[in-house]
Amino acid sequence: MTKNDFAVIGQPLPKVDAWAKVVGETKYADDLFLPRMAYGKLLRSAHAHARIRSIDTARARAVPGVYAVLTGADLPRVKFGILPVSQDEEALCTDKVRMVGDAIAAVAAVDEETAELACRAIEVDYEPLPALMSVFDSLAHPEVRIHEYGDGPNVHKNVALQFGDVDAAFAGADLVREDVFYFEGNNHLPMEQHAAVAHWASDGKLTLWSSTQTPHYVHRLLARVLDTPAAHIRVIATPVGGGFGGKTDLFSHEIVACQLSKVTGRPVKIALTREEVFYTHRGRHPVLMWIKTGFTKQGDITGCHLRTWLDGGAYGSYGVASTFYTGVINPVTYKMPVYKFEAARIFTNKPPCGPKRGHGTPQPRFALECQLDKAAEQLGLDPADLRRRIVAEPFTKTANHLTVTTIGLGECIDKVVEAAGWREKRARFGGSIGGNPKKGIGIACSAYLTGAGTAIYWNDMPHSGVIARADRSGGVAVLCGATDIGQGSDSILAYVTAEVLGIDPKDVHVHSADTSLTPVDLGSYSSRVTLMCGVAAIQAAERLRAAIFEAVAQKLEVSPASLVARERKIGVADDWDKAVPFARAVELGEALHGVLAFPGSYAPPKRAGKYKGGGVGPSPCYSYSACVVELTVDEETGTVELEDVWIAHDVGRALNPLLVEGQVEGSVYMGIGEALMEEQVFRKNLHKQPSMLEYKSPTTLETPEIHTILVESDDPEGPFGAKEAGQGPLLPVIPAIANAINHALGIRIDEVPITPDKILKALELKRAGKLARVGRGKLPLFTFKEPIVVESAFGQRADAVASRPFAS
Amino acid sequence: MKVRVALTVNGELREALVPVHKTLLEVLREDLGLTGTKHGCELGECGTCTVLVDGAPVLSCLALPFDTEGCRITTVEGMAEGGRLHPLQQAFAELGAAQCGYCTPGILLTATALLADRPSPTRREVKEALAGNLCRCTGYTKILDAVELAALRMTRVGGST
Repeated sequence: MTKNDFAVIGQPLPKVDAWAKVVGETKYADDLFLPRMAYGKLLRSAHAHARIRSIDTARARAVPGVYAVLTGADLPRVKFGILPVSQDEEALCTDKVRMVGDAIAAVAAVDEETAELACRAIEVDYEPLPALMSVFDSLAHPEVRIHEYGDGPNVHKNVALQFGDVDAAFAGADLVREDVFYFEGNNHLPMEQHAAVAHWASDGKLTLWSSTQTPHYVHRLLARVLDTPAAHIRVIATPVGGGFGGKTDLFSHEIVACQLSKVTGRPVKIALTREEVFYTHRGRHPVLMWIKTGFTKQGDITGCHLRTWLDGGAYGSYGVASTFYTGVINPVTYKMPVYKFEAARIFTNKPPCGPKRGHGTPQPRFALECQLDKAAEQLGLDPADLRRRIVAEPFTKTANHLTVTTIGLGECIDKVVEAAGWREKRARFGGSIGGNPKKGIGIACSAYLTGAGTAIYWNDMPHSGVIARADRSGGVAVLCGATDIGQGSDSILAYVTAEVLGIDPKDVHVHSADTSLTPVDLGSYSSRVTLMCGVAAIQAAERLRAAIFEAVAQKLEVSPASLVARERKIGVADDWDKAVPFARAVELGEALHGVLAFPGSYAPPKRAGKYKGGGVGPSPCYSYSACVVELTVDEETGTVELEDVWIAHDVGRALNPLLVEGQVEGSVYMGIGEALMEEQVFRKNLHKQPSMLEYKSPTTLETPEIHTILVESDDPEGPFGAKEAGQGPLLPVIPAIANAINHALGIRIDEVPITPDKILKALELKRAGKLARVGRGKLPLFTFKEPIVVESAFGQRADAVASRPFAS
Repeated sequence: MKVRVALTVNGELREALVPVHKTLLEVLREDLGLTGTKHGCELGECGTCTVLVDGAPVLSCLALPFDTEGCRITTVEGMAEGGRLHPLQQAFAELGAAQCGYCTPGILLTATALLADRPSPTRREVKEALAGNLCRCTGYTKILDAVELAALRMTRVGGST
């Protein structure tokens, strides 16, 4: 279909919740105040690693206004974790703390202040243990064990996969480069601090309102950690005030709020402080990377070998998935016939890392794209031309058996090169010209998945479900478990339903993210929501439409196949005067069929590679981005000023271009923060900057003009052809900045964030005639597993449309 | 110790009995039920809790209600008049300037103060005015566009009447 065939799809409409948000009516979790509500606070560890000898809560219990005090002894002794393979967390630690910020005890009181006062009155007797604060520390001290499980002492996960013969690939190359890169960890920094309100009512049923991106996973896990039937638990995800991956785990404060509600008989709210958000974390993993790639003279890649070491922090979280993601998406972007990938996630006594926008892929993307630039320089090739030449082939398989469908990357590169004036500026800027500051321009590309192909727990059920229920008023209620975290999933549900039924999005009432009312959607992560709930919503709406068409066809004495739905009417296009108003059509439908409520279900095509670990990486389709950054660098101060960013993003189809642009612009912004300033670092076991003033993030003044170009490749897997937009566009920004800095000054900063001190140090090295590079060199002494060796599937033809469960 | 405070919020006189150290942010949200004003950091770093006091942007997490007695306090709930959205609210909704929406009230009020002072600001002036309000979703682009659109509409209306 072309754009003109749609009434709603492709229109720059306001989001369905925009009006509530601009008048302050949206109720986030912290905005809920229930009668008799108590306020909870957590006592958190001041030690990075210690055994808990004893906890004395007597003084806290005696504080006036305290309703209850909990320790781990008051909760079922069940460890939990978001991934079934990493059940290593306790809501309140019982025998050991593994990081500063681990929760040990909790208080419910008449107000927050009293709860905090009572927390301070709790006495904990610790036996301090050595704190392991880096990958190197943790590997050097196997006698100090942070956890008793994993793939070795302090090794959470050890992965090795090989697709084809890399040694042969390197032997056949004209140029082989080995480089080391480092990507510092950083926080999601959502504007909303996590909050939860629990009400364990007198009928024995529990309701939890929480700022979570994954109400279904929270529901499942709560049942286990509270030892309560899931059937008696209702989880409602309140509108999330920024997630970016930071609200996808089950958290201590959610569990504790529930238990405090149970023991006090009152609703209980726990709202985290900003400092607690930094310690709760689950953000970007610090990753050290070694990458070896072979190139022909023309710039083709002969093979690639990547090693990554992830600093996981104190708990598993999504870490096993993160570990795979540092490797498995790399072969999706360019023709990479042979690939070897080794990775290890190491436990340290720091807040646990997890999924942040791009989950595990910005780090290796930084490494690969900077290395491509270095190779282009050595080969005398233009970095944009080199990339354009090696773009992967659509509808083929990658070396690691991922099926790629549409690829709009070539067009993305062409468009940003053109829009940025790349060729002219590339020739004109650069270190050779005198004067200060220096100008530079750099490019990078990327790919990202549109939804993980597998759920985090093994099952054959839908990943997303929708119920469409038509009302006699002509309104349609859409029920779906999807969680709106600001990306606009509620709006997408309204748009696709309205498009299929020929009604206005305003006629659609979206009810989302409530485990007792809405069919399951796995959650707002892995850029899965638009595609998965979109396809499910189309199916539900089409079933509803078919039932209504049948009734209208009887009334008009025509065939259902001759009917169309548009302009809030249903009729025959050539005889539109007789078209029946939608509300009347619903009445006819209800008279014929009874209640009009229809389900839609989506599960991704089963495309997992047939090898262990093949479940991470497959996706219905992949989005592509190309980014050009123009900047100036001051040689005296080392400060970088971004001038313009051009980004072209292959979104398949923009269901609402306004929302897609918003996702792209937000991704660019977040990439800029990671490239130039954001870092979650520690000093003396403590977070060095657990506040928004000290933790630097870009303001309006550091954010350049962002020029967004949308490319539509109309993917057969997506709803109306749509692919993801929320994460992919972050990826190329960071290496494009690094490459532009190199273009400006002829220096390589092989680690992010690229702060002024690193630039000045590299310039000093350059002036001294040394290698003008700042970055890590030392690699950990570590033995990776024997790799699982699988034949490369590179270049094999892939089906245009794969069969998937629940499709009919 | 609790004290009685009388605040003029969105044109209404509101009274509350509150601990002397309770911030304006907390009193607005917890005692007056105006939850449109948000917590972001409680340290005056993010701009999320911005309200207007006598037309000037104030970080309500650092303000004491006692000090604002006798002043005109405006929160996001007070921007629309008689059911008609403020042009800034209209433009923010239309252009997708609110994604998660959490920073939106603070930014709307900061922008209100800017436009009162400079009806036709340059993009640079908008950026400078909003530099104390963090937004993690939008990359600011749509926010700046929306402020410019609202300014244009407001000056047009102003010019024609």
